[in-house]
Amino acid sequence: MATVGEVLPEAEALTWRPRVDAARLRQQGRLWTLSAAFHVLPFGVAAVLLMWVQPLALPVALACLAHAWVIPELYAQRGANVLRPRARADDGAEQRSVGLLGDLVDHDARELHARTGVVIEPSGLGAWIVGEAGAVLLHGRRGRAYCYCIKVDPRHPAAGELPSGDRIAHLLLALRGDEQGFATVANLSFAGARWRLRRRLRQELRPALDAAALRLDRASTATR
Amino acid sequence: MSRLIRMDHTGHSTVAAWTADDPAAVDAAVEAFRAELDRGYLAMITAGPGQAEQVRELPVDADLVILRLPIAGG
Repeated sequence: MATVGEVLPEAEALTWRPRVDAARLRQQGRLWTLSAAFHVLPFGVAAVLLMWVQPLALPVALACLAHAWVIPELYAQRGANVLRPRARADDGAEQRSVGLLGDLVDHDARELHARTGVVIEPSGLGAWIVGEAGAVLLHGRRGRAYCYCIKVDPRHPAAGELPSGDRIAHLLLALRGDEQGFATVANLSFAGARWRLRRRLRQELRPALDAAALRLDRASTATR
Repeated sequence: MSRLIRMDHTGHSTVAAWTADDPAAVDAAVEAFRAELDRGYLAMITAGPGQAEQVRELPVDADLVILRLPIAGG
């Protein structure tokens, strides 16, 4: 049997992208924090200065504070959108695809998928939540959330017709084949605090985030 | 009975089925496998819990070979 090896072919093609490992994740996380600070701090400082110079400028200062609050929320919303469910195929195709996906995961993951529509996958880098057109990785001691846009390549003619279970199964198999390659191919849409992402997630998806966080906590406790 | 399945708009389709002791079925499966790879599919087998492996040739002894499409950043 000829196996291709551990590198995802899709990642191999992206020669200009550094491969995502734990160090790269930490670096990306720090850059996101820095970027958020650069977006938020000027508005906060402006609000304080305005109030100091002219208290009558209160409405403008409040508008500045609103900007400082809304910018990180918009980023978190962009991250939460990666797990948003997509349009459904016909019932028969949906059932068959979910059946196949169920064969690939364990009982707990099947049960969680039935409730939330996403699948949890523990891994070397942390714990993944895999959706239909994206995935969230919880990584590190504090379980920072990395939200990735990734999906079946839309340039392939058959890509648009897939039912939900197949879309997830595609991502799951690629992730299991080469986790770092998977994260390299994916586009990072948000990296930040788990609580911030949780607030922006749809209600039905929050148990998946909690379950992934629990898996991550258990794994880190076991390695201590 | 081993199966080669392709994830598609129907959920999934069985492209080929074979047993290792049936050379004609194996040949047909190998041919179907290559045709799907030529169409741009990638073949995966599970390699233990939480692990998968991509294959370029049909692993005749595998129970299940799954054909997936390439993925891309959104």
